[in-house]
Amino acid sequence: MNLDFSPEEIAFRDEVRTFIDKSYPKELFGFGGREDLSREQYLAWHKVLAKKGWSTPSWPTEHGGTGWTSTQRYIWSEENARVDAIMPLPFGVAMVAPVIYTFGSDEQKARFLPKIQSGEEWWCQGYSEPGAGSDLAAVKTTAVRDGDDYIINGQKTWTTLAQHADWGFFLCRTDPKAEKRQQGISFILIDMKTPGIEVRPIITIDGSHEVNETWLTDVRVPVENRVGEENMGWTYAKFLLAHERSGIAGVARSKRGIEKLRAIAANEVIDGKPLSEDASFASKVSQLEIDLTALEFTELRTLAGEAQGKGPGPESSILKVKGTEIQQRLTELTLEAVGHYGAPYLRGRPADGSNTYDVGPDYAPHAAPMYLNMRKTSIYGGSNEIQRNIITKMILGL
Amino acid sequence: MDFNFTEEQGMIRDSLSRLIREKYDFETRVGVVKSDSGWRPEMWAQLAELGLLMAPFSEEDGGLGGGPVDVMIVMQEFGKGLVLEPFVPSVVCGGGFLKHGGTAAQKEEHLTAIMSADSTFAFAYAEPRGRYNLADLETTAKKDGSGYVLNGHKAVVIAAPWANKLIVTARTGGGRRDADGISVFIVDKAAKGVSTRDYPTVDGRRAAEVYFDNVSVGADALIGEADNGLGLIERVVDEATAAVCAEAAGVMGVAHAMTVEYSRQRKQFGTPIGKFQVLQHRMVDMFMEHEQSISMTYMATLKLGEDEVTRKKAASAAKVRIGQAGRFVGQQAIQIHGGMGMTEELAVGHYFKRLTMIDSEFGNVDHHLRRYTTLSAGEAKLAAE
Ligand SMILES: Cc1cc2nc3c(=O)[nH]c(=O)nc-3n(C[C@H](O)[C@H](O)[C@H](O)COP(=O)(O)OP(=O)(O)OC[C@H]3O[C@@H](n4cnc5c(N)ncnc54)[C@H](O)[C@@H]3O)c2cc1C
Repeated sequence: MNLDFSPEEIAFRDEVRTFIDKSYPKELFGFGGREDLSREQYLAWHKVLAKKGWSTPSWPTEHGGTGWTSTQRYIWSEENARVDAIMPLPFGVAMVAPVIYTFGSDEQKARFLPKIQSGEEWWCQGYSEPGAGSDLAAVKTTAVRDGDDYIINGQKTWTTLAQHADWGFFLCRTDPKAEKRQQGISFILIDMKTPGIEVRPIITIDGSHEVNETWLTDVRVPVENRVGEENMGWTYAKFLLAHERSGIAGVARSKRGIEKLRAIAANEVIDGKPLSEDASFASKVSQLEIDLTALEFTELRTLAGEAQGKGPGPESSILKVKGTEIQQRLTELTLEAVGHYGAPYLRGRPADGSNTYDVGPDYAPHAAPMYLNMRKTSIYGGSNEIQRNIITKMILGL
Repeated sequence: MDFNFTEEQGMIRDSLSRLIREKYDFETRVGVVKSDSGWRPEMWAQLAELGLLMAPFSEEDGGLGGGPVDVMIVMQEFGKGLVLEPFVPSVVCGGGFLKHGGTAAQKEEHLTAIMSADSTFAFAYAEPRGRYNLADLETTAKKDGSGYVLNGHKAVVIAAPWANKLIVTARTGGGRRDADGISVFIVDKAAKGVSTRDYPTVDGRRAAEVYFDNVSVGADALIGEADNGLGLIERVVDEATAAVCAEAAGVMGVAHAMTVEYSRQRKQFGTPIGKFQVLQHRMVDMFMEHEQSISMTYMATLKLGEDEVTRKKAASAAKVRIGQAGRFVGQQAIQIHGGMGMTEELAVGHYFKRLTMIDSEFGNVDHHLRRYTTLSAGEAKLAAE
């Protein structure tokens, strides 16, 4: 056991750092994790990475993965977090792609993977429905065979960034009579431009348009767009959820968040001294950093296990719960740090797209929207209550 | 000891809660928040007609003879309905300064206008680098003949866009953060040299940055004693703190009730989510936090008239406890609503936002914990001597 990077790993880190410093779009420095990005902003770094061959490090090499070790991937996320990079969205790269390369046909692999990698096609996740949130197996959207097509009807909801999406992966009921609800579901890829699809915005409490209702009325989809076997979609969906969870710890980003918080606290004044020197505030930041360290080492242990062939198991629920609690705490402390200037609602301004505001310090206007927005993290990706249920069942055996 | 409301107080509560039920439903409020002005002056006038704006003032001053308990009752109802109109800035703060520090002439001119809603006050105390320290002032008022000239920048002045008058704290002497050398002024918002940058707030109200550029005021603009205003400011701010605590208690009660109701309706895994024990206990914790918030509101409200240290400790203790409770209740209300809690369309998110913002009004949890600790240490030292 040791924690040191090898000389090769240090060389790799330097290579990555140089590349990022040179190639990351300057105007997007510090924009990672913002809740008000445009489609172009989301894709800018993805496209640069694709050219370099680094947009999908975690994929198997035969499909265009980089073949990096888990240490290299750790370095990769650390270095990106240094500039607060806007990373490729998970829906294509980290969610549907593993399902396609694990369970998809050769045609599907050839058709979809390259454009996920390049950022040319944007994906959204059509799992949840009004009646099927935590209880995902309750999905009601139906896919009925009609010759070589499925006719799809139903309503999905909370579809993240579907307003930009070219494709979506959907869970649809193909056998309403199956003995168990989980057995009658199929995993279907749908072109979002197909007639009969309507995407309606849902505005969240921070004022952003991140999620949508997706209505499907007699949407005709070729059967060849089903991944894997009919009625086996639940298996693929669960496989995907485990992948979704392991990325969710967000350690590198939270580290960067703590740095930013410290910078804010150094600039805020309390009784003539920097807030960062205030004992009670400083100790709250330290506490958060200690919690983050515990998470980081838990993630490193999990990654080491995965490198030895253990797939992401129920342990990834720990990463999800602790990771999101830390992300939320970070936004709480940031909002506390900015004091009075947490109140003005200036989001969306200034119109020139710059990061400069005429009210309060430039770091303040996003503190409250981010705090509000990040409440989502303990709800989505399997709520934190559901994660605790998983640990109860799968690990404690109760 | 008596925790009952008087008949008049019961009537205030009933008439206000009826008005809110009839004219302040959630959809209406959403429309008002989005409107150009962001409030309803006619609603403000109606609240005045009901006598609410007179409630906390003595009969001698032309009021109804009530006090802090009346403010508490009003603010709890305001919290339940997420009422936007500026009762705290205008009546509790503006009115408070006049009540405790105003001359007969000032009361005659301004307090009457506050009670009738002919004047609306905002309280310009916070500064960009002063955080929650009421004495940390860079705004100055220099003696000029019999009057003063004001210069400075006040931050996040709640309700300033709706106000025609401002209460402004400024340094007339002493060094930055000194307890001495602070004075309080009434400034006409339309006065030459006053400019504002208006904006909405996260919780749907309006506020402004207010800039003073060589603003001349007469001697009659001074409230209370020159150079000796801090005591008056602290008193009014403690009253305002108790008022927003009452509001928070009202907000929490509704957020909790909405959550319990939602957990009854919402089914997952074939059962109402309210049947899951982990959520039941969470909602019990929310309930206990809310109950304690009411208790602390009563405590602080009833101690507003006591000696200075007792009053300050009570206000800070309440603000600490309610800041913590508000955060827990607000966050859990969203959590238990799941994705629905995240939507702007549902009322619960707006209750969460108001709770979030109340924590930073008149000092957050950390500020009041520190203040409480300092006051306690001061008492212990006195006792030891
Ligand atoms: C911002 C955001 C983005 C999202 N993006 C997507 C997306 O792109 N695609 C997609 O398909 N979905 C998406 N979702 C949906 C998300 O996966 C669901 O919100 C989540 O599964 C919870 O479902 P629900 O909202 O219906 O809450 P519910 O399932 O109704 O849960 C309500 C509350 O009950 C609790 N609860 C439920 N069951 C239990 C239980 N058995 N024991 C204890 N507590 C329980 C929950 O933890 C929660 O606190 C997104 C959600 C949000 C908020």
